[in-house]
Amino acid sequence: MSHGNDVTMLGAHAQTAQAKAAYDARYERILACARLEQPDRMPVAMQSFFWPATHGGITYQELMYDYEKAKKVCFDVVAEFEPDGVYPMLMGTNMGRSLELLEFKQLQWPGHGVGPMQPFQYLDREYMKAEEYDDFLFDPTGFYLHTYLPRVAGAFEGFDKLPDFPGLHYFRLVNGIRPFALPEVRASFEKIVAAAEETNRFFANHIDWVNQINAAGFPLINGGNSIAPYDFIADYFRGATGMMKDLFRHKEKLKQVLDKAAVFIARMTIANARAANHPIVFIPIHWAPDAFMSPKQFEEFWWPSFRRLMLTLIEADLIPMPLWEADCTKRLEIIKDIPPGKCIYWFERTDMVKAFEVLGDRVALRGNLSPSLLTTGQPHEVDAAVKRLVDEVWRKGGKLILDGAFGIPDETPTPNVRAMFDAARKYAG
Amino acid sequence: MAKPIEEWTDEERQLVEWLADMNEDDALPLANRMLLEDKVSPMHVLDLCRAAMDIVGKRFEEGEYFLPELVLAGEMLDTIGAVAKPLIKAAGGGAAQTHGKVLIGTVHGDLHDIGKNIVTFMLDINGFEVKDIGVDVPVQTFIEEIKSFQPTVVGLSGFLTLAFDSMKETIAAFDAAGIRPGFKVMIGGGQIDETVRAYTGADAFGVNAVEAVGLCRNWMGVAA
Repeated sequence: MSHGNDVTMLGAHAQTAQAKAAYDARYERILACARLEQPDRMPVAMQSFFWPATHGGITYQELMYDYEKAKKVCFDVVAEFEPDGVYPMLMGTNMGRSLELLEFKQLQWPGHGVGPMQPFQYLDREYMKAEEYDDFLFDPTGFYLHTYLPRVAGAFEGFDKLPDFPGLHYFRLVNGIRPFALPEVRASFEKIVAAAEETNRFFANHIDWVNQINAAGFPLINGGNSIAPYDFIADYFRGATGMMKDLFRHKEKLKQVLDKAAVFIARMTIANARAANHPIVFIPIHWAPDAFMSPKQFEEFWWPSFRRLMLTLIEADLIPMPLWEADCTKRLEIIKDIPPGKCIYWFERTDMVKAFEVLGDRVALRGNLSPSLLTTGQPHEVDAAVKRLVDEVWRKGGKLILDGAFGIPDETPTPNVRAMFDAARKYAG
Repeated sequence: MAKPIEEWTDEERQLVEWLADMNEDDALPLANRMLLEDKVSPMHVLDLCRAAMDIVGKRFEEGEYFLPELVLAGEMLDTIGAVAKPLIKAAGGGAAQTHGKVLIGTVHGDLHDIGKNIVTFMLDINGFEVKDIGVDVPVQTFIEEIKSFQPTVVGLSGFLTLAFDSMKETIAAFDAAGIRPGFKVMIGGGQIDETVRAYTGADAFGVNAVEAVGLCRNWMGVAA
């Protein structure tokens, strides 16, 4: 909706023509990097989980549970530091109420298992047993409904009583639906509806925040996110050690599951990215680091299904943005095998100069000020670290989007964040 | 006294080789047969396992093996141990000699344990007596455990950035309790580097399990 010539309403928020121009310039800076073209200046991204709470003086628990307070602190950090691309921050933190209603079991979060000033932590467990590979492979949806969802979220516990859907035909359909009338199944549906209604409130608040930052001239750096097939199975199904044993004990089934997962992860990711109307897809990568598996295991188990996923996303005009956690230096030559100008590779501990040497003509780069520097260092040290990245990567033609190694750590003192943004402007336009 | 390597039978060599090569399907039945049917001394079977784990550890240090091999090796060792150890107890066997004691735990506020478990395993197969006191360990628990276990090295683990402050507090509490001169403190985990070491006041940090073993060897004067 347009108000006169120079104001556009984004939901409840008015975007002036000046803010629109600033938005476009910032968005274009990021996309130019992804295309391996030269932007007008080095963009700076902002990703964080609990740091807006630290900065804004609220508890981590409030950031998870209080929609208004969370929206305010997450708007304030954007307005104060003026990043070129912003992580959808509320989506990463503000779902405490929904988690409660879902009786979500895979996480401990502030106010639920950990203290009000501690970040959430994922519980690495075996959520699918090795003997269940066949069930998953034969019918992933049935496995989710009857087994996986009841295991990971209490609200779904009644679903283990649901009928097997293949088999519900003709008169069998009539007789087969009786489980829906069971008290525990009804109770599950009631809990899920309540959680969904809460999630609608959480999501509406997120959309309002996105409109608010967009109206102020700041784009999101990614809309949806995704996951590597190996990490999906390792993190959310088999658990870290279960997955490592499967590399020896169940290698063929594991590969079949990875192939299957790559297909439905791609479908889900493309649908979500289109709904978010944003081409960049954030993909945190957990199990790729040099130290975790041998180059041979990486090429056999990890890389093929992920490469296929990335190519499918690229084919759908999306821009994969994997965050390669820890040190992936020895993987650079392998992960180079993708078309040029289509991805943003974000590195955590991989030396960015080395990454630029190997991948500079293939992908844009993002990162990677060290978390220990940002949390325990001094502003002049942050300034020097930014200058090094500018001198060694940006000035040599690297399409670098500056950020922390995994965004801004929760405990980072504000002067260090100020130093990061100021140094980017001082050294790289 | 362990049976010298030159006196091993072909079968004994085979067990070591299969374990070291991650051939679980053949190694476990062979170990079971040796223990339960052939009545090979359970202490000797565990010695063979240790010899195999030495090879696994070396291959890990040399970059041939990675975490999946350590995890599977640990699992094979546990499976054989579960059969062998009751037999040793029944025969009244004693504990093996170790290089020294290491106490290890994840600092308070942090629930991560994979890195800590790998370090524990590597120290164990390298001949150290390791006591693992778990995750999210309060400062006071560390102090009480140190007082009773009397370790030469204390390992603090942490994956999250909040662990920087937890480690600093924990080490400061060792100083305040006057126990710090009795042991060395090493730290490790996802984000740990020299900056964090200096910040926390630890004696050293390691980026992986091999470095943790190296630090303990140095401090306890054990040849590699």
